[in-house]
Amino acid sequence: MSDTLTEQKPKSVKPPKQKKPASLWSDAWYDLRRSKVFIIAAVMIAVLVVMSIIPGLFSSVNAFDPSTCDLTKARQGVSGLHWFGTDNQGCDTYSRVIYGARISIMVGVFSTLVTTLIGGLLGLLAGFYGRWTDTILSRVAEIFFAIPSTLGALLILALVGRDNAGIWTVVLALSVLAWPMVLRIMRAAVMSAKSQDYVLAARALGAGPGRLMSRHILPNAVAPVIVVATMNMGVFIAAEAALSFLGVGIQSPDISWGLMIADARNRFLQAPEALLFPALFLSLTVLAFVMLGDAVRDALDPKLR
Amino acid sequence: MAPQGDPILEVRDLVKHFPLTQGIVMKRQIGAIKAVDGVSFDLRRGETLGVVGESGCGKSTLAKLLMALEKPTSGSVKVNGELVDVHKGSNLKRFRRNIQMVMQDPYTSLNPRMTVGDIIGEPYEIHTEVAPKGDRRKKVQDLLEVVGLNPDHINRYPHQFSGGQRQRIGIARGLALQPEIIICDEPVSALDVSIQAQVINLLERLQSEFGLAYIFIAHDLSVVRHISDRVAVMYLGKIVEIGKDTQIYDKPSHPYTQALLSAVPVPNPEGRESRERIILQGDPPSPANPPSGCRFRTRCWKAQEICAVEEPLLQIRPGTDHESACHFAEAHDVVHAS
Repeated sequence: MSDTLTEQKPKSVKPPKQKKPASLWSDAWYDLRRSKVFIIAAVMIAVLVVMSIIPGLFSSVNAFDPSTCDLTKARQGVSGLHWFGTDNQGCDTYSRVIYGARISIMVGVFSTLVTTLIGGLLGLLAGFYGRWTDTILSRVAEIFFAIPSTLGALLILALVGRDNAGIWTVVLALSVLAWPMVLRIMRAAVMSAKSQDYVLAARALGAGPGRLMSRHILPNAVAPVIVVATMNMGVFIAAEAALSFLGVGIQSPDISWGLMIADARNRFLQAPEALLFPALFLSLTVLAFVMLGDAVRDALDPKLR
Repeated sequence: MAPQGDPILEVRDLVKHFPLTQGIVMKRQIGAIKAVDGVSFDLRRGETLGVVGESGCGKSTLAKLLMALEKPTSGSVKVNGELVDVHKGSNLKRFRRNIQMVMQDPYTSLNPRMTVGDIIGEPYEIHTEVAPKGDRRKKVQDLLEVVGLNPDHINRYPHQFSGGQRQRIGIARGLALQPEIIICDEPVSALDVSIQAQVINLLERLQSEFGLAYIFIAHDLSVVRHISDRVAVMYLGKIVEIGKDTQIYDKPSHPYTQALLSAVPVPNPEGRESRERIILQGDPPSPANPPSGCRFRTRCWKAQEICAVEEPLLQIRPGTDHESACHFAEAHDVVHAS
């Protein structure tokens, strides 16, 4: 304090931060690295991502290869050879759980990408241009918003049919129903950023709509969308498992945690591990993404600072 | 120091009405907020025109109209004798090089996600013809130096600066295109008093250095008196009195100006009790439904029948030496009277 009082020339007044010059983004990153929740979530997600890219690292049995299953060893319990036991077809449950991460992560990532891009772009346009652009986009979004999401996804996948069902149809079904939420959040953030003085100042300089959106509005409006996208990742993974459990999502021989839970549900009392292990991995994955979203929100939300 | 010569900015009968609508799908116009209602004035090269008036009298709307950020309902703005056409892009772009703005709140007028270098350099990216790419960084550093900031801080972000420093950044951005006119919309009202003086002095130094013409909008009468060559007083979307600063402050002729001046705080406690205080009754009428004739008549102690019937024009009245929009204009020194 004392040195700022003695310094009279404005050019020599030091900003109060002792940190190095930093953008708001790097400040957020600085906060994130100090958050325990973020570290735990990031480690869990990193493990899951590696698991989904190179599952061979975690399991010596290639669960994608049906010849590794042995019907004579069906429904075995936990043993040194089969850590989580074996399923109805005699496949190793542990390796199937590991190999099942890929579809969950893929569904989560792609559904999030599609919803964020479509919802974000349309939300940006609706919020920026307002008037009839906003009216049309918002009303269309509300129509989709009105569909109950589980029922809607079931309906879409039932219409597609079991033969065509797979990871891409699940991504489609989830995205179609989830983009309006991103649109709403983006639209609200853009509308509040648009009315800021610095946007007016840029307009006074003669900046066109493209520059206003890309340089001034978008960087100040993406934070809530990033938070929602991160949390959505977990929500989509859970939704994929639910749809697969109900039999309309991922189909055998693809491996999905939801599908494994469905297969194991009839012999839960005899072999609870066959259901509990995929369920555990599913819960941990969803938890990791929700925690990550929480940590990101804490770091990005200036009101909590 | 009173500048002479051709007007650089000519404003004629500028009107801005914001429509009031009813209904959601079928919008019907049921009225209009008459924010600016027939404003005319000239601004000469190197001159400072102060604009004062209470909140909601249309000062900021006037600034936005002059910056072509709002489309006027009617009326014209000429810069260097050339009509500004808000609908023509090339015309507008050339116009923007000549007229820039310093905004009121230094905390919201700078994009928090951009570095100071990007903020001040943005005018060059929009008007690429002003500075070739290689020169821009150097130009931005020169500008930082001109406004009294450290050129090494070019990579810092706005949140790392104080309010006064931020306002200097805003001024540097306004100067980047070397405009001839700068509109200052309450540039110091968000700053504390010691910083206000620094920023005012900076604005005055820049004016003599670059020959800038200012339109200085404020509601602090003493600040306006300090910086202005001429002063315009606005009430409910109209200019009620305009003249040299000495004419307005020493010989105000419009009752509203007199009331405004009588409200200026006096630093000297002696004589504070004895001086004349004109206290106006009531609130300003709604700009959606202004009174007939003279807009000030509802609060004026001089109002007579003619005021409700005939609108007083802004013209030189008998007994005064500057333009005043009052039927009963009469020079009366409020500040020095005791």
